[in-house]
Amino acid sequence: MFQNKNVEILVGIFVAAGLGALFVLAMKVSNLSELGDDKGYPLIARFDNIGGLKTRAAVTMAGVRIGRVDKIAFDDTTFEAVVTLKIDDQYKQIPKDTTASIFTSGLLGEQYVSLEAGGSMDNMKPNDQFKITQSALVLEKMIGQFLFKAAGGGGSQ
Amino acid sequence: MGWLRSLGRSGISFFERLGRGHLFLLSIIAGLPSLLPRGRLLVQQMHSVGVLSLLIIVVAGLFVGMVLGLQGYNTLVDFGAEESLGVMVALSLVRELGPVVTALLFAGRAGSALAAEIGLMKATEQLSGMEMMAVDPVKRVVVPRFVAGMLSMPLLAAIFSAVGVMGGYFVGVGLLGVDSGAFWSQIQARVDFYDDIVNGVIKSVAFGIVVTWIAVFEGYDAVPTSEGVARATTHTVVHASLAVLGLDFVLTALMFD
Repeated sequence: MFQNKNVEILVGIFVAAGLGALFVLAMKVSNLSELGDDKGYPLIARFDNIGGLKTRAAVTMAGVRIGRVDKIAFDDTTFEAVVTLKIDDQYKQIPKDTTASIFTSGLLGEQYVSLEAGGSMDNMKPNDQFKITQSALVLEKMIGQFLFKAAGGGGSQ
Repeated sequence: MGWLRSLGRSGISFFERLGRGHLFLLSIIAGLPSLLPRGRLLVQQMHSVGVLSLLIIVVAGLFVGMVLGLQGYNTLVDFGAEESLGVMVALSLVRELGPVVTALLFAGRAGSALAAEIGLMKATEQLSGMEMMAVDPVKRVVVPRFVAGMLSMPLLAAIFSAVGVMGGYFVGVGLLGVDSGAFWSQIQARVDFYDDIVNGVIKSVAFGIVVTWIAVFEGYDAVPTSEGVARATTHTVVHASLAVLGLDFVLTALMFD
């Protein structure tokens, strides 16, 4: 009987340790604490080219993450990318003339949306659109421009 | 013509075994409800299959995590990306090494023990004795062991991954000087709960089912001699390991594309 009690206690500890490890993995080793934050208000930005921007990419202002990219869609009347940004509810004062640009973090990192505040006294409301946006830099276009410039500069001599 | 006949015989016996194994799995699944009133059997088996495997799983997890930390650092430092060491260790463990290495160790330790135990029961005629007493040996002996293996595997894999990340932390932050804040914040940004951890748990459940099924079937189907039991034990480890690796490729291709 005592051996049975011992066995049951050990199995109980084992199951608790396994579930505890799973819990630690979920909380500390994953982004679970950030999920389920479906609170936040949407803002819409239209870009000519979003490059490698993905949903759930960060939206930053002054380098601080204030939201995430929620949806990426394509408008086939104006041929622009329509990106829905979800901004955390605590950041309510984003001026109406804020610009949205797509930058790359580091050299090989993933792309994110950076907001630069304008000077307007009015703030953006949910589902407002950004008036000025800057698309992502496409490497091939930059190389093409550089070669064109180099060829043009060399040819005129 | 003798070689043709023996080739045919081995081919047919291969398919016969395959079919017998799957019918055995069906009878195990049919016997699952009979486990509900017999919780004590399940607890006993979870002790012998899960708790007694803890030592090797924890030690292996710790060392695998530490080696990942060392090797990862050596490679990443050439690209100036040593801050991403945590992401490398965590993703490798949670997605692949946790389920697969745990399954291989489980097959070696618990799988071989299960096969030997059931094979020995068959060789000493305990299983036929049970049938004489109108006790279904599958329900009494096999089903508790199968469910214990199926439940223990995801727990062991989670423990392996968690201990491995700790090991990587000790080596990376403690020994090699990676920034502790960068280690954890990059992990929390890049490891997705549903895509990485839940997929890893699904993998470990699948591996648990496959390894335990192969172990109990090899034991139940063993030739009832000492040589037969020995062969059943080695076959369990080999076949279960190969099945785990093959199934891992299929699951990875399905889940991470």
